[in-house]
Amino acid sequence: MTRKKNQTTTSVQGIQLDFISEDRLAEMTAMEKIRLILDEVRSSKILVLERGLTPEEEAKLIELTMIEITPDGFSGIEIESYPTKQNTSIFGKIFGKNTTRTRLTVIGPADKLKTVKKDRDMITAIVTKQ
Amino acid sequence: MKKMQIRLFSWIKKLFKKDRMAKIGIYGPPNAGKTTLANRVVRDWTGDAVGPVSHIPHETRRARRREGITIEANGTTVSLDIVDTPGLATKIDFHDFMAFGMKEEEAKRRAKEATEGVIEAVKWLEDLDGVILVMDATEDPFTQVNVTVIGNMEARHLPLIIAANKIDIPEASPTRIRSAFPQHTLVPISALEGQNIETLYDEIANRFG
Repeated sequence: MTRKKNQTTTSVQGIQLDFISEDRLAEMTAMEKIRLILDEVRSSKILVLERGLTPEEEAKLIELTMIEITPDGFSGIEIESYPTKQNTSIFGKIFGKNTTRTRLTVIGPADKLKTVKKDRDMITAIVTKQ
Repeated sequence: MKKMQIRLFSWIKKLFKKDRMAKIGIYGPPNAGKTTLANRVVRDWTGDAVGPVSHIPHETRRARRREGITIEANGTTVSLDIVDTPGLATKIDFHDFMAFGMKEEEAKRRAKEATEGVIEAVKWLEDLDGVILVMDATEDPFTQVNVTVIGNMEARHLPLIIAANKIDIPEASPTRIRSAFPQHTLVPISALEGQNIETLYDEIANRFG
């Protein structure tokens, strides 16, 4: 019983993980998504995005991350996602719809989230408390 | 199908472009050998060099553009502007530079310049006609930087060549990169020693010509 109580206490003091649904992200503009990510990560949270960012949004996120880096403060982000997939549907091609399919993405502060190994279909990461 | 699409796009672009030369960016993570490759290409075709190289990450902190590099390969002549870009990264910690023996102040300055360099490299992505993505063949190819650059090129239907660099090192495994990104043209090279560099020129002529 005591052991169970200790386990609960440990998880409360741990690091918060927010799982953000595809629907919530779909309602946001690119800048809103990036602002949300940076605010959450800077407050030491780790985000798991059900459907990640487009390649353009990822590039913008890298750019804005660099602007926010400070010595002895924020050192950047760790971001991992699987390579995007190209939508091969014939209708998409005919009507020129965006054919990039984004995928699950994990983002966290660089000093807390470390990628151990990344493969085409498996990401292994560790979260450290500092 | 993908290759046909890219060729069609390149052909249409060529049809409408005037005298503007294609701008080709050399991209990749820090220490992948981007400047070594840029120096190799520019030296081979002009006798000049682009910039200094170092084992310390983020040696290149400003994009450098060399205009009008004419490459003759595979029976084709292609004139390009080559843009050597700073290494892309998602994190920069000045303590990492101190591990290379830098004083704190110098390390902080380098870190600041490195962040500016990454921003510049990202900005250049919007203004290029193609990319040579340099990957260190001794490292894990699935870095987010590689995934992001490839994603951007695919989304914009722009041509991309992956240069699997450092094949002079025994641990290098271009095969691992090939299996990671099988949809893209890959050339294993040693930019430092010039190994297989002629094959890269052939591909440059094919893809960017």
